[in-house]
Amino acid sequence: MDATLPIIILALPLFMFLLLGLAGVKMSHKAAAWLGILGMGTTATLSYITAFTYFFSQNPEFVSATGERLQHVVFNLTWLAFTPDLVISLGFLLDPISALMLVVITTISFMVHLYSLGYMEGERGFQRYYAFLSLFSFSMLGLVVATNIFQMYIFWELVGASSYLLIGFFYTKHSAVSASKKAFIVTRFADLGFLIGILVLSYYSQTFDFIRLTTDSSWVLASTGGATFMGASVLTWALVLIFMGGMGKSAMLPLHIWLPDAMEGPTPVSALIHAATMVVAGVFLVARMFPVYILEGSATTIIVVVGALTAFYAAMVACTQIDIKRVLAFSTISQIAFMMVSLGVASSGNGEVCHHGLGYMASLFHMFTHAMFKALLFLGAGALIHAVHSNDYTAMGGLRKYMPITHWTFLIGCLAIAGIPPFSGFFSKDEILSAAYAWSPYVGIWMTVVAALTAFYMFRLYYLIFWWNNPDYGHHTPHDSPWCMNVPLVFLAAVSCVAGFIPFGHFVTWNRMPYDIHLDPVIAVSSVVIALLAIALATRMYARENSLPARFRAAMPRLWDWCYHRFYWDELYIFITHRIIFNGICRPIAWFDRHIIDGTMDSFATLANRASDEIKPLQSGQIQQYVWIYLMGALALGVITILCLI
Amino acid sequence: MEITALYYLLPALFMFCAGVYGFITRKNMIAMLISLELMLNGVDMNFVIFNRFLFPGSMEGMYFTLFAIGIAAAETAVAIAIIVNLFRSKGNVDVTGLNEMKF
Repeated sequence: MDATLPIIILALPLFMFLLLGLAGVKMSHKAAAWLGILGMGTTATLSYITAFTYFFSQNPEFVSATGERLQHVVFNLTWLAFTPDLVISLGFLLDPISALMLVVITTISFMVHLYSLGYMEGERGFQRYYAFLSLFSFSMLGLVVATNIFQMYIFWELVGASSYLLIGFFYTKHSAVSASKKAFIVTRFADLGFLIGILVLSYYSQTFDFIRLTTDSSWVLASTGGATFMGASVLTWALVLIFMGGMGKSAMLPLHIWLPDAMEGPTPVSALIHAATMVVAGVFLVARMFPVYILEGSATTIIVVVGALTAFYAAMVACTQIDIKRVLAFSTISQIAFMMVSLGVASSGNGEVCHHGLGYMASLFHMFTHAMFKALLFLGAGALIHAVHSNDYTAMGGLRKYMPITHWTFLIGCLAIAGIPPFSGFFSKDEILSAAYAWSPYVGIWMTVVAALTAFYMFRLYYLIFWWNNPDYGHHTPHDSPWCMNVPLVFLAAVSCVAGFIPFGHFVTWNRMPYDIHLDPVIAVSSVVIALLAIALATRMYARENSLPARFRAAMPRLWDWCYHRFYWDELYIFITHRIIFNGICRPIAWFDRHIIDGTMDSFATLANRASDEIKPLQSGQIQQYVWIYLMGALALGVITILCLI
Repeated sequence: MEITALYYLLPALFMFCAGVYGFITRKNMIAMLISLELMLNGVDMNFVIFNRFLFPGSMEGMYFTLFAIGIAAAETAVAIAIIVNLFRSKGNVDVTGLNEMKF
């Protein structure tokens, strides 16, 4: 494939970032926004063309004679060649998952660009906002097309940096500033694990290249020569450490604490970065390394356990939050955990895939559908916040009459995430549940419970926003948003309606061989029934204002408190960082630095100062004194010379 | 009695020492300048004396002394100009007051 299109796909957002970042202040708001939208629109079109060519052209570059989709390196430039073995390249890898991600990222990014035109209207730093959006799109595209793990790491950090910039966009707001710092520090901490994992893996395998690592991966296991560290093989360590990077970005327990706070950023940013694209980077990473992960059963088991715990935890918390963006944030955490579990259960644990690697396909299918409906829900939430000027559902209620477009699109999003056919979430979630049941019935049941919770908290949110009661909306009645905010809502809602019917198994599978998806009727019917029951319960509790929610809360005060306070994870972190790390480690180090290291340097300076004070009076400015000293010196030298001669 | 070099050198030495003493003790810059000239003249005398007694056939010492006197005159003119300017700005020519340039 010609390298022109891929280069433009990467270069255009970068160019837009530089243009808007450097010349943005000279432009009007409208001009900057339309430039950004135009740039992203072009990128999206080019990505569609690339993905379409990849999936449908039947070109022998892309599909082998047996129907297997090939991994095609469009270009791969040597960037840093340290030694013949240690070479870092930058390139463009086209394969099913990167083509899929190109479509997802550019679609959501384009929708968010368009939506922001209305949502961010008149904000200070409007042009800067568009510049950052372009930077983010560039980094995310660079991440998914990375040909090697080091390139992925570079763009991974760039994505983190642009996320930091966008969360802290309202930099005069204290909470936004601390949220951006929190997000950056937590993900950075996780990336330390990622980096160590990369180094360990590449130390033994002698390569960074994804294609080399993932083709007939058993040699990777052999390359470690059975080396172990603290009872686990080094490959397990490497994979778990790499997964730790994914845990940070994808907000898995216990590194999830930054994502709810990241909602301090503008809502379209939450839709783009903290729901649809960046937070699934962890899933993408594991999917990219999947053939290596199946070699180590313990690593995939850890993924399943972490994912299952996170999914349940986040769903519980989402049931009690007041801020609608927080509910969506925890819902995102829970759904990403679904994808993680799905990837984990795709491996049987003994080097083989489980159930034909169904979990892998299901995970990426869910990533695709989730990106669409969660972006839809966030953008809908943005429209609501725009209308009532509050993040809390307490200020909403009864909005269905005033905001019909937002209402219907939001309802479609809720139905999709709850897993009601024919909306897209049903299909992908059902595949995940099938894969989970095949791996272990316990995981399957657990995930079904989480799915029921998902349906419950989404419809709780839906009813509390659009039904419940009619509060006083203040100075004006809420109404639907301008067209540029409605178009993305309608588009994404339409995608959420039909995306489930995409024969996803034909496009993305773990071994890139196409196959037909089958719905397991038992699981499908049971999960729909459970979801409907959960929705019925939510309807009973929240459709009209009543005392039932308060009674539930009074019946389980302890549980409610724990859920409401997110199981006190933030407090635990504060305790660990402030009490243990700051007091126990940082203060002694600070003392050592201040007193020993600085003290040594200070004493040198003091000594020099003292010495200069002592000899300073010699330079008195009295010329006759100088002459006197000179004379005495000359005489003394003369005397010494004479004495020596004698 | 033969007149040896010593008879010439002693007054030259006396002139030089008087110049050094005056340079160190006088506070008036004009007096210091005079002392400086005394030192210079003592040294000039040495040139002439040694030329006369050690190398009577040549005249380098004599010419060198004439140069030195000429240069000393020019130098004195510069020094006087400086002193006059100092007097204009400070109102006196006391050398102990001129310590603005210390450390």
